[in-house]
Amino acid sequence: MLEIKDLRVRFHNRSRDAVAGVSLKIEEGEIMGLVGESGSGKTVTAMSVAGLLPRRQCDYSGEILLDGKELLHADRSILRTVQGRKIGVVFQEPMNAMDPLMKIGPQVEETLKIHTDLKPKERKALAIEALKAVELHNPEEVYGKYPHELSGGMCQRAMIAAAVVAKPELLLLDEPTTALDITVQAQILELLKKLNAESGISMLFISHDLNVVRKLCKKVAVMQRGVIVESGNTDDVFYNPRHEYTKKLIDAIPTRERREE
Amino acid sequence: MERELVLSVEHLSGGYQAGGFLKHGPYEEVLHDVSFEVGKGEILGLVGESGTGKSTLAKLILGMVKPESGRIVHYSERPQMIFQNPYSSLNPAYPVSWIMEEPLRIMGVKNKEERKARVLEMLKLVELPDECLEAKPHELSGGQRQRVSIAVALIQQPKFLIADEPVSALDVTIQAQILKLLKRLRRELDLSYLFISHDLNVVYQLCDRVLVMKDGKIVEQGSIEEIYNNPQHEYTKQLLSAVE
Amino acid sequence: MKKRNGYLTAGYILTGIIAVFVIVGFFWKPYDPTAMMTGPKFDPPSLQHIMGTDNFGRDIFSRVLEGAGSTILISICTVMIGAVAGTVIGALTGYFGGIVDEVLMRLNDALTAFPSVLLALVIVGVTGGGKYNVILALGIVFIPSFARVTRTAFASIRDVNYIKSVRLMGANPLRILLVHMLPNTLSVLLPAITIGFNNAVLAEASMSYLGIGIHPPDASLGYMLSEAQGMLRLAPWYALFTGGVIVAVIFGVGLIGEGLQRRGKETL
Repeated sequence: MLEIKDLRVRFHNRSRDAVAGVSLKIEEGEIMGLVGESGSGKTVTAMSVAGLLPRRQCDYSGEILLDGKELLHADRSILRTVQGRKIGVVFQEPMNAMDPLMKIGPQVEETLKIHTDLKPKERKALAIEALKAVELHNPEEVYGKYPHELSGGMCQRAMIAAAVVAKPELLLLDEPTTALDITVQAQILELLKKLNAESGISMLFISHDLNVVRKLCKKVAVMQRGVIVESGNTDDVFYNPRHEYTKKLIDAIPTRERREE
Repeated sequence: MERELVLSVEHLSGGYQAGGFLKHGPYEEVLHDVSFEVGKGEILGLVGESGTGKSTLAKLILGMVKPESGRIVHYSERPQMIFQNPYSSLNPAYPVSWIMEEPLRIMGVKNKEERKARVLEMLKLVELPDECLEAKPHELSGGQRQRVSIAVALIQQPKFLIADEPVSALDVTIQAQILKLLKRLRRELDLSYLFISHDLNVVYQLCDRVLVMKDGKIVEQGSIEEIYNNPQHEYTKQLLSAVE
Repeated sequence: MKKRNGYLTAGYILTGIIAVFVIVGFFWKPYDPTAMMTGPKFDPPSLQHIMGTDNFGRDIFSRVLEGAGSTILISICTVMIGAVAGTVIGALTGYFGGIVDEVLMRLNDALTAFPSVLLALVIVGVTGGGKYNVILALGIVFIPSFARVTRTAFASIRDVNYIKSVRLMGANPLRILLVHMLPNTLSVLLPAITIGFNNAVLAEASMSYLGIGIHPPDASLGYMLSEAQGMLRLAPWYALFTGGVIVAVIFGVGLIGEGLQRRGKETL
């Protein structure tokens, strides 16, 4: 359903390609992990898919096809019909990604307001349904709260609700659990799994944390310096890494098995 | 068995007083009756989620916040701290050589040659090339900055270091290198650490003993093997199952 | 990653040109600025008098050089007083907080409560006019704004890790303030100085214009502007050149300020 063909992005003030020829395919209902360290180009790849690339500050080439529709070079007006409606995005810092002066409810409804002509009542019903789907207790109460009244984990749930309220086909998740405590992290991962299983929504999950990717994603692509060095089924990549960099990454994960002095 | 200590904390409670001059806001206690010891040469891990008071405990130990009650006894001089964010722990206005010499200047090492020699020695110890000396902090990578921070913290030759999430802002491969470095430094310089982290796997790799903290209280403490293989407290079990 | 900063370059060039004229003017002027009848009265700009002459036949170009010189000198001294005293207050209040902060900042507020030129007028009224009293009066008036700006800058880095870390090393407060914090407040302080300078030029001009600043035979741009007003019809070039120089000075220094501010934002 999503296909990235030979994506290249170079920012004007950098000498190296941020993304240097990335090709990637996500099938219907699949959760794809994209791992790499800072500067590997994983976030730029995601930004390109979401149509958030600052086009005037970079050169770019390649193709991004969502259900056969080209997005990378598409007009802003076309992008707007896709953003939110077909692609939902969840960012790392839930507190920063939400408008602090706006109640949760209207923020969740925002995409419906833009893309549909539903009546306020219908919008509210859908928003509450979405808040329920992300397992927030008392969705009606959360609807009327401000972001600062929620914990980090609750905020991230609300963000996910806002991203899926218009029932997009693809959910882009940029380090959605990195800023959260581990117990909360585990809950959010469970939630994402559940959403995927129930609605069949596809996901592109970007993370630097291989442990998290291993728990959630069926397939994984490893990025280094703008290129995908290895990709495949998560289990294969983890237990049978072929590329040097992947091995190095896996070795670096602190685990409880290895404890050398 | 009597072991040699670098730090003992007894029934420590503390927190923050809101308000300012003339108006005293409510006192909010963050830490409640915390007791533990750090033995010589030991790496003591402190785990817990955000907001439980880990950083407040570090501030109390280093005297940046006054305790409400209880006792903190240091058995070593000039304990130092390594901070989480290597981007804000080095003064952006100066080159690395100046930053590294500064603790010596403060200590009163007047001889320029001696300071330079100490800096070079320290630089080698944290495995940084000499070229770094001329660089300003923003020209270094995250890992390099954290190495410089460690060098700065160690140049006054303290015996006890508090490391507050020192690797959580770094990439995993860099993380592994810094952890290795911390281990090696402990051995070579006979250091003790209080290592604060939210990452239980990192703590497992590095630490000898561990404190588990929740809502300002220590709910469990013991050796790594005890805690990880046989957790007693419900919260510890929950934390451990989250990283399975 | 050096990026060219157009504002800064333009500001330096404009200010530089003015500075060269003024410095040359200290040592040599085409005519004595107070000498009368160096040419015919109300002579429009010509090769002999490139800015023309006034009602006494004095050479306006020489007078503008003289006036710009004293205006700039007064403004620099004013800003120095304001910046140094303001930075000391701002540093102490921003770093220590608590009672020092409360007392000094309330005093500061009291001072800010008066319109600045009015306050300067009162001080000059008490001490009498003249160059040095104007400098003193404006200097005092300028302290609060500097104190406020630097206080915020110092307070914002007080709890940054690198400051905490030198505190742990046992550095004394004076060293922390001067050596560790001051360089990191320059990105805020330097633009504030340029803005303060411009305000000082304007404040001096308005005071002298009102006739309570510089006395003859001293000349300043503001004083000359008030002179020029009287002969606006007979010698419009007098007001034009005097006002033009004020605008040029303010524009040039303003550009530098804007440039510094932008550079400060980039490095942050």
